[in-house]
Amino acid sequence: MTIRGRAWKYGDNVDTDAIIPARYLNMSTEAELAPHCMEDIDPSFAKRVQRGDILVAGKNFGCGSSREHAPLALKGAGVSCVIAETFARIFYRNAINIGLPILECPEAVRATQTGHTLEVDLATGTIRNLDTGQTFQATPYPPFMLELIAAGGLIPYTRQRLARGG
Amino acid sequence: MSTPATMAQKILAAHAERESVQPGELIDVRADLVLANDITAPIAITEFEKLGVDRVFDPARIALVPDHFAPNKDIKSAEQCRALREFARRYGIVHYYEVGRMGIEHALLPEQGLVLPGDVVVGADSHTCTYGAVGAFATGMGSTDIAVAMATGRIWMRVPETIRFIYRGALRPWVRGKDLILYTIGLIGVEGARYQVMEFTGPAIAALSMDSRFTMANMAIEAGAKAGLFGVDEKTLAYVAERATRPYTVYASDPEAPYAQTIEIDVSAIEPQVAFPHLPSNAKPISQVGNIPIDQAVIGSCTNGRWEDLVEAATILKGRKVHPNVRCIIIPGTQALYLRAVKEGLAEAFVEAGAVFSTPTCGPCLGGHMGVLAAGERCVSTTNRNFVGRMGHVESEVYLASPAIAAASAVLGRIAGPDEL
Ligand code: SF4
Repeated sequence: MTIRGRAWKYGDNVDTDAIIPARYLNMSTEAELAPHCMEDIDPSFAKRVQRGDILVAGKNFGCGSSREHAPLALKGAGVSCVIAETFARIFYRNAINIGLPILECPEAVRATQTGHTLEVDLATGTIRNLDTGQTFQATPYPPFMLELIAAGGLIPYTRQRLARGG
Repeated sequence: MSTPATMAQKILAAHAERESVQPGELIDVRADLVLANDITAPIAITEFEKLGVDRVFDPARIALVPDHFAPNKDIKSAEQCRALREFARRYGIVHYYEVGRMGIEHALLPEQGLVLPGDVVVGADSHTCTYGAVGAFATGMGSTDIAVAMATGRIWMRVPETIRFIYRGALRPWVRGKDLILYTIGLIGVEGARYQVMEFTGPAIAALSMDSRFTMANMAIEAGAKAGLFGVDEKTLAYVAERATRPYTVYASDPEAPYAQTIEIDVSAIEPQVAFPHLPSNAKPISQVGNIPIDQAVIGSCTNGRWEDLVEAATILKGRKVHPNVRCIIIPGTQALYLRAVKEGLAEAFVEAGAVFSTPTCGPCLGGHMGVLAAGERCVSTTNRNFVGRMGHVESEVYLASPAIAAASAVLGRIAGPDEL
């Protein structure tokens, strides 16, 4: 599966309060959360982001709370993929579980600026910067996670397992 | 002879029905307890319903606690709490804690004896790692993971590496678990233990109270850790003996266990710490804080809302007055602590001093209610996060510290330690 989108670049330690502030956690659907996505670090993000855009960030993206509202808000806002130097572990699980593709690739992050167009091949983990012509290779997913992604997330994966009696 | 292993490896191996497990392996583990709250459970319930099952794996091994925006702070929160309550009734959840009988989840569950040594606990809350204080492998996850765990009692995990911290020396006056953990996070950074277990060991840890250990385990996530673990000693056993209603197993790391790293810390050099905005790792010793006036002091949360914390705050506030420019908000972690504070005169000391004394709730910790900050306001807080906008307006500031520092600051009107009183 290939994704192509414009990049939005942020720094290190973008925490889940920044991705979706706690004051909005009295709501829980993608549609309700999306208008407030990234509000406290970039108030105009939710208005300007376009469907398919790609978020690019530094180290420890998604640190802080376990709120699944964070990847849901990003997905709802139209973000097609997050590329970071590293991810906080709960955010990593949550994104994979709900079907928001995420890739770790410090080199691609460093070589990308806001506004660049990126093309991502999820199956191979190849990232191309169409503005600079550079190509990068993200850390590949372990086989189990590929299975999860192929199933469409943790819920469909578990449903298949339960149906098989496993 | 089996190969040496860490406590985390042993607990996970036992729950994966394996002889041993190695860091990096993806394994399927059995959970002893599954937790969610009023903001994470609604999504978990929606996802649970997509699984097409008609029952939970074990109604006695799920805990549901409305604590974040409870007592209901607005209509939407009321709907979320109702979703939790209705799910609990429909599936016969034994450990559903209604307002008036609840507490902040991570103060409540250990107090009720629901988390025990050797357990695997998964919770839809990042501070689930708090239970490492009793020697449980406890870790936070998202709502979808918890939906699956509620249905199957099992969950996938990556076996983490362990960093061993050895604390030696005698604590200085007013230094507690909060100061040790802020200092440690300051040392290794907010991703210093990402994907890893922090194992807290050494003579200074043996001397630490259970309440201080809960505080330290609680903040392991602030260094990115998957879990924060303490070995089980007489103090742990005394704590769980009064509470446990099921058997448990004690695991210990082998002396030759394969630690990823060992970090030694001399606690006698550590002053009370204050973490400046906007990261928990921005820790400074109290002597280097300077003159920082405050508008609010919050004493409570799953980090520091326990008995030792309330006693420390009361010791400082009794017979003194909260500074005229400061709102001091004190929130006990559970109903049992609230009642004890009333019976033993702490509540009176707080109210006499001019502080708010509230029913248990997360409240201001995540900027929910009961003390949200306006633009430009500054708060010293015993909570665990000081991210931008965490307690309210994006232009407000949160300084993290111990209850002693927060109480002394409330009296002095600026961030300061009890020695200045
Ligand atoms: S007190 Fe704060 S950190 Fe603890 S569970 Fe509640 S919101 Fe989370």
